[in-house]
Amino acid sequence: MLPGRCSRMSDMNARRRVRVNNPQGLHLRPGELFVRLASQFDSQIEVTCGDRRADGKSLIDLCTLGATQGMELEIEASGPDAEAALEALAELVEKESVDEMNAEQ
Amino acid sequence: MGEALVVDQEGFRIPERFVARDAVTHELDRLHASLQAAAQEIAANRDAVTRQLGEHYGAIFSAHLEMLKDSKLQGEIEDLIRQQHYSPEYAVSRTMRRYAKVFQLLDNAFMAERATDIFDIEKRLLRHLLGRRREELSQVTSPVVILAHNLTPSETANLNPKFALGFVTESGGPGSHTAIVAEAMQLPAVVATGPFLTDVSGGDRVIIDGDQGLVILQPDEETIARYQHAAEEHRTLAARLESLADQPAVTEDGVRIQLYGNIEFPQEVEMCRRRSADGIGLYRTEFLYLNAGAEPTEETHYDAYVKVLHDMQGKPVCIRTLDLGADKLRNLPSPEDERNPVLGLRSIRLSLRNVPLFRTQLRAILRASLHGEAQIMFPLISNLQELRQAKMLLADVMEDLQESQVSYDPNIKIGMMVEVPAAVMLIDRFVQEVDFFSIGTNDLIQYTLAVDRGNKDVASLYTATNPAVLRLIRTTIRAADRAGKPVNLCGQMSGSSMYTMLLLGLGLRQYSVPPAALLEIKRVVRSVNIKQCERVARRVMQMDNPPAIKNYLREQLKLLAPELVS
Repeated sequence: MLPGRCSRMSDMNARRRVRVNNPQGLHLRPGELFVRLASQFDSQIEVTCGDRRADGKSLIDLCTLGATQGMELEIEASGPDAEAALEALAELVEKESVDEMNAEQ
Repeated sequence: MGEALVVDQEGFRIPERFVARDAVTHELDRLHASLQAAAQEIAANRDAVTRQLGEHYGAIFSAHLEMLKDSKLQGEIEDLIRQQHYSPEYAVSRTMRRYAKVFQLLDNAFMAERATDIFDIEKRLLRHLLGRRREELSQVTSPVVILAHNLTPSETANLNPKFALGFVTESGGPGSHTAIVAEAMQLPAVVATGPFLTDVSGGDRVIIDGDQGLVILQPDEETIARYQHAAEEHRTLAARLESLADQPAVTEDGVRIQLYGNIEFPQEVEMCRRRSADGIGLYRTEFLYLNAGAEPTEETHYDAYVKVLHDMQGKPVCIRTLDLGADKLRNLPSPEDERNPVLGLRSIRLSLRNVPLFRTQLRAILRASLHGEAQIMFPLISNLQELRQAKMLLADVMEDLQESQVSYDPNIKIGMMVEVPAAVMLIDRFVQEVDFFSIGTNDLIQYTLAVDRGNKDVASLYTATNPAVLRLIRTTIRAADRAGKPVNLCGQMSGSSMYTMLLLGLGLRQYSVPPAALLEIKRVVRSVNIKQCERVARRVMQMDNPPAIKNYLREQLKLLAPELVS
């Protein structure tokens, strides 16, 4: 994990690299879970996969990443609850199956 | 050239591309209403599916719902409406299709499949947006280019030619009924393009180049200008030919040639009449069998025949009995050994094997015969017994009608197609048993040369100018002439002006051509004399190389009517 960087007192900017572990990749269903979780935070969430970048709160955008099992993502959060968001989202992505992801919520 | 109308299986069309500036707020409201309605629908679906199949299946709808609520997606659609003044329908379609395209391009088959989810959502939104305004293809009210995966022949035929600028289908082939109908309606068309519909949104500008089989999506200004010019020239030629509509088909030396129309649908009669056709030389009846899910009833047949007979006002209408393979008829058991359908159970063979089906059609033709000058023609006759059997059945049906005191024309003319080499070999016998002949060159070429023209590896061997084909045509015309039996020629050869002089020279005096070709053929007929045509024919019959014959014929036509040679 990279150390968080302060821009404003309340605004954090944090990023973390995670591996997609569930066999279905980050497609519709897992993607939906991701977006739903991301939307609970105030921070902006961006996800990068290779040379593609997507809004972590937009399912359709996230799907365009085409992230499949084994791929590395970089999640970047910026906002008051960036750290917490990053923690939760990273944990979700690293789950081994969609069912496990579901149980999380 | 025109705006695209994309038709999917559900027949959606995007009515307009732009909205008025002051309507933007209203259009945004419509968008939101449709988003809300779609969301409710999806939620209801999710609950129902979850109840019935379990959470696992319901989850897919949860994802759709999330997608629909996606603020980025909504923002993009709203921007298109607000800034580009796109209609919500067009904005939705554009945006969704762009995403679907991105998904399809992902090098991951599973993700690429997700494009279908996007299309599903698009469809749902359009359904709500269009609501009651969702229109049938036949109700199109502004000129559009129709893009579809496939169009049924009746969908094609029901298009209003005023508004249908042309069409493109992903499937089908040049010989497909849809393509034939397009030709008849003089609509530019490109068929069998393969998948492309996901690359285009309703309202996009599209050019169809039917001559070259090209579809140009979102053309640039230069291309548009080039095609506008070409379309202009095309219209000029068409307008010049149109002046011949009322003129009779008479050669310079005063020989009257009979020009008939080939039709598939009753609607096509109109063009034949407008162009003073001498009758219908080929009324294909397959559409009656293909359209209906069930076997057509006698009344369905009867109505279709009476309509054409009535519209032709006493001019002859030659009705060809069913000319299809067993594989095309869902209601019949599929044949077991049909490894080679063109040589299999089809056409007259199929009719003779399914007597009730055949009798239904014969009864309808006979009953309709009171309404004009009907003729019956049997296709694919390859031996005398088949013809006799068919005639016997016809006599039998006549007897039935008599018994039940239903009237018909007892002198109805009976003819046969000459489209199998065996029929030509036996032509001296056939002339004694029929009233007229019609040479079907499409099949005659295929059966004579043993070539499937749909097979690109051998398609170049398929040519009307093979001397073997030309000799068979000459033999048939001469035998019919000697016996005083009329003979006409239908099939694509008769509709191509390149062959008109040759055929006249071979002695042909009756042509049956697609309605769209009537004027072009008339143009040639009216500019030649028989002697000149006989010279052309003599020369051709001495040649032995099909491409050289074609070149020679093209040159001859160029001397006569340069505007017809592109």
